[in-house]
Amino acid sequence: MAELKLTNVAKTYAGSVDVLRDINLDIAQGELIVFVGPSGCGKSTLLRMIAGLEKITGGTLEIEGDVMNDVPPAQRGIAMVFQSYALYPHLTVRENMAFALKIAKKPKPEIDAAIERAAKILQLDDYLDRLPKALSGGQRQRVAIGRSIVRDPKVYLFDEPLSNLDAALRVATRIEIARLKESMPDSTMIYVTHDQVEAMTLASRIVVLANKGIAQVGTPLELYETPENEFVAQFIGSPAMNLLPGEITATGETTTIALEAGGSAVSTIPTQPSQQGLRVNVGVRPEDLVQTDGPPLFEGTVDFTEALGEVTLLYVDRPDGGDQLIAKLPGIHKDLRGVAVKLAADPAKLHLFANGQSLRPKVG
Amino acid sequence: MNPVMLGLITIVTGVVGCIGYFFLSNLILDAVLPARGPNAGRNINRANLIRPWLFLLPALTALSLYLAYPVIETLRLSLLDRVQGGGYVWAGFDNYSQMLGEPKFWEAMRNNLLWLIVVPAAATALGLLVAQLTDRIAWGNIAKSLIFMPMAISFVGASVIWKLVYDARPEGSDQIGVLNALYVWMSGEGPQTWLTFPFWNNFFLMVVLIWIQTGFAMVILSAALRGIPEETVEAAILDGANPFQVFFRIKVPQIKNTILVVWTTITVTVLKVFDIVFAMTNGQWETQVLANYMYDKMFRANDWGVGSAAAMVVMLLVTPILVWNVRNARREMR
Repeated sequence: MAELKLTNVAKTYAGSVDVLRDINLDIAQGELIVFVGPSGCGKSTLLRMIAGLEKITGGTLEIEGDVMNDVPPAQRGIAMVFQSYALYPHLTVRENMAFALKIAKKPKPEIDAAIERAAKILQLDDYLDRLPKALSGGQRQRVAIGRSIVRDPKVYLFDEPLSNLDAALRVATRIEIARLKESMPDSTMIYVTHDQVEAMTLASRIVVLANKGIAQVGTPLELYETPENEFVAQFIGSPAMNLLPGEITATGETTTIALEAGGSAVSTIPTQPSQQGLRVNVGVRPEDLVQTDGPPLFEGTVDFTEALGEVTLLYVDRPDGGDQLIAKLPGIHKDLRGVAVKLAADPAKLHLFANGQSLRPKVG
Repeated sequence: MNPVMLGLITIVTGVVGCIGYFFLSNLILDAVLPARGPNAGRNINRANLIRPWLFLLPALTALSLYLAYPVIETLRLSLLDRVQGGGYVWAGFDNYSQMLGEPKFWEAMRNNLLWLIVVPAAATALGLLVAQLTDRIAWGNIAKSLIFMPMAISFVGASVIWKLVYDARPEGSDQIGVLNALYVWMSGEGPQTWLTFPFWNNFFLMVVLIWIQTGFAMVILSAALRGIPEETVEAAILDGANPFQVFFRIKVPQIKNTILVVWTTITVTVLKVFDIVFAMTNGQWETQVLANYMYDKMFRANDWGVGSAAAMVVMLLVTPILVWNVRNARREMR
């Protein structure tokens, strides 16, 4: 049974502004679900609706089979970690963690035991009697997580918990969260971020939100390898996937596409004879492009290079004047600037999109 | 000359004088220490050292003339006795011991203490309550404006308004005082002269100051409440706190320092309270307070010695609170 089930959930402000609509999602116990999407896509709003901080204006939210739409936040069995930590500044670390349990009138020994357990997991033992202002950013975030742990919720909600940390601390805390999840395999977590690295590394499944709805749900590698639409294809992966417009010239087990930029592409995605002549976008990830002497997928002049050491990014002009194509070649290739290059890709690594949707047959 | 004209001339002279002073003094400073030439760097540094004092000078002069000097002069007068026909004789602490022997002084002390306990507490609590209740509602700002309005009324004006509220007309005639009108209508008994009931009449006077100061407390506390991070409130809601718990255990502790500043600011006002008592009862019926006692001694009994001694007592009571308040406010700003 799904731990958390969203059915046709929608959010409308003041009766007119649509923020989210038709959100359907089943989350199983023990999953770490990551909501990603561009700014303003409603991912935080969705999380706050699950938390009960925003009213659900359509559809139902169930947690363990019970409809939660009108249940007060504290009784939903959820705990939330805020981006700004939201620690109570006038309470010590211990009191911060004890607050919910004191409100619930739990006996003191039980509170102490819960705090001790959380402090041990998060290595906060030495800071229990400090005020939040005497803690570093990473420590504050750990207290915020500790405040959730002591409540032993069914579902943990994380709202961009790492955005306020500096880069080095972000990586360290990310690994800590992954470890924490590993140590609590039965806890369900929902994690909102705009950082796709966090999404890819932490998630058991990623939910990509765009255009007021869900663009795709899948494991990180599913989203990377088989994006269902152009949005997901370009959102996951950095730099974004190249899209080259063209027209299907041969259908069958493999598909041949004549590209507007010149050259042709062969994809292992099968097509029907009826799709002959269909206008499509051929998607190819920068890291799947290689230099070739054989028949190229694409030929152009390198306009600019960015050498990152381990890889070099080539910005290649398109003969038809469209968006530049980006290729990511291993090693250092600064000498390629201004040079005409021939690039090719493994036919199995090509993606085909018609009207924004992938032509790849869905698995299962 | 017409007093209105005189007033206008004073205002214009004052404002123009101020602008002229700041403009000219800075001009002179820049002329004496020009920010160019071979010593430009040194001149700029020196000018920067002097400039703050140019701006401070008028305030410092006015403060020492109208504040520091009167304090010293009052202290001196409190230790002297005036003799008939002019001149002073040394009295030592005679004035003080005479004052301490007067029941009216102790009545004033008791009443001041009563004011001190009731008014700041009531005004702060009501201000906090209003600030919280009007925070999220559409007409909250209108309510706030109405509650803030008494701040714009002078103490004497407010006293006149409330004197009318407490007004008593002979039995049988129409009661123009709201309180008596209600009382007569509800109890069916005759009107009461509220301000003449010892002890309780103190509270009737305090209502006036509470009415005025609630608006002040509300404005400051409202701003403080807005400054509380919304997430801490949301976190508390998720932690299961009900609205009362959110208010008392999350919001109030976070604005504790502001509450204390408001409280002490009102406390200082209360210690100095004069106009309300002067205008409403003039200290009769056991409503005397220190400031009015001082006025009585100084200007009615013409006893400058005891009057000055009373002034020193008021100052001694106010000073520690003021020092603490200023310190607190400075810590708040950091």
